[in-house]
Amino acid sequence: MVKAVTGFGRSGLYDWFIQRVSAVVLVAYTLFIVGFIFLSKDFGYDSWSALFEQRWVRVFSLVALISTIAHAWIGLWSVITDYLTNRMMGGKATVLRILVEVLLGAVAVFYAVWGIEILWGV
Amino acid sequence: MLKVSIYRYNPDTDSAPYMQDYELDTQGKDLMVLDVLELLKAEDPSLAFRRSCREGVCGSDGMNISGKNGLACVMPISEAAPKGKLVLRPLPGLPVIRDLVVDMEQFYTQYKKIEPFLQNDTPAPAIERLQSPEDREKLDGLYECILCACCSTACPSFWWNPDKFIGPAGLLQAYRFLADSRDEATDERLSKLDDPFSVFRCHGIQNCVNVCPKGLNPTRAIGHIRNMLITRAV
Ligand code: SF4
Ligand code: SF4
Ligand code: FES
Repeated sequence: MVKAVTGFGRSGLYDWFIQRVSAVVLVAYTLFIVGFIFLSKDFGYDSWSALFEQRWVRVFSLVALISTIAHAWIGLWSVITDYLTNRMMGGKATVLRILVEVLLGAVAVFYAVWGIEILWGV
Repeated sequence: MLKVSIYRYNPDTDSAPYMQDYELDTQGKDLMVLDVLELLKAEDPSLAFRRSCREGVCGSDGMNISGKNGLACVMPISEAAPKGKLVLRPLPGLPVIRDLVVDMEQFYTQYKKIEPFLQNDTPAPAIERLQSPEDREKLDGLYECILCACCSTACPSFWWNPDKFIGPAGLLQAYRFLADSRDEATDERLSKLDDPFSVFRCHGIQNCVNVCPKGLNPTRAIGHIRNMLITRAV
């Protein structure tokens, strides 16, 4: 058993599961938005804002945003724990990893708050 | 004439590894790569490599043969050097002790972690623990592994995290015991694998399947372990 406190769900299975579920959500959301853009007859500001008036669309968008954040965290975390390892770089790898993780965390919070503001602000 | 280029490194005398070129008259025979090494060693006794059984059973002579990991003793030069040039390097990723001899410590440490022995606390029956033919069949494609390390040292995930990721060889063996009807430690075994590294660093690249000289499929075994973890959790 390898300990990993900065993984998304701290268990490999949980991370793996979230990674799949969020991918499915993102595919569905992308299809939905692209479908809307190409299939609505008079696509423009009116139809776009009418779409986002609906609460379920806002919730769906928020779920998609959270999925993006979770998906990105798990993916990028596994990249940094592949390449920024103490085995290869010694003690400074720990500092580097923490720095990148804090930065990623800050970006995640920023996007989450900003996203909610946009979705419920129009 | 067969051209052979071999990775040489003797930490006592060389400041850095280098490739040494040899030529060998194969007399038109389709030798195995190990035969080539033996013949060259007769000329140059400083050449170091491991070997024992010379028939693909012991797993000692895993090495990187013209870019692909394999066993020197069962790899014919017609396949390894179709254009008449053979390139031999040690297994990638592991520390080199000398020439083609690598330090397998990290590989064995991972193997040790999966507790590669039957665990069963039920008092043993008078004769033996019986297994149905169907249950025995489940071990096919798993027990044949000779721990040559060709797979794990071809796996990028193992290169980056040889101290955390069990690697294809260890995981194939982990599944060999998870699948064994006589083993009772299934749950404990699974609990020890449920972190983001041990199993889940496998990204299904399948380099392991591609190189296994025994034709085994570690990726499939890893998939089975993942399914067992999922089934247990939902
Ligand atoms: S399938 Fe998994 S274990 Fe096999 S080489 Fe790829 S990452 Fe490694
Ligand atoms: S699975 Fe195949 S390549 Fe890997 S150690 Fe076993 S025999 Fe060698
Ligand atoms: S020498 Fe034993 S496997 Fe090649």
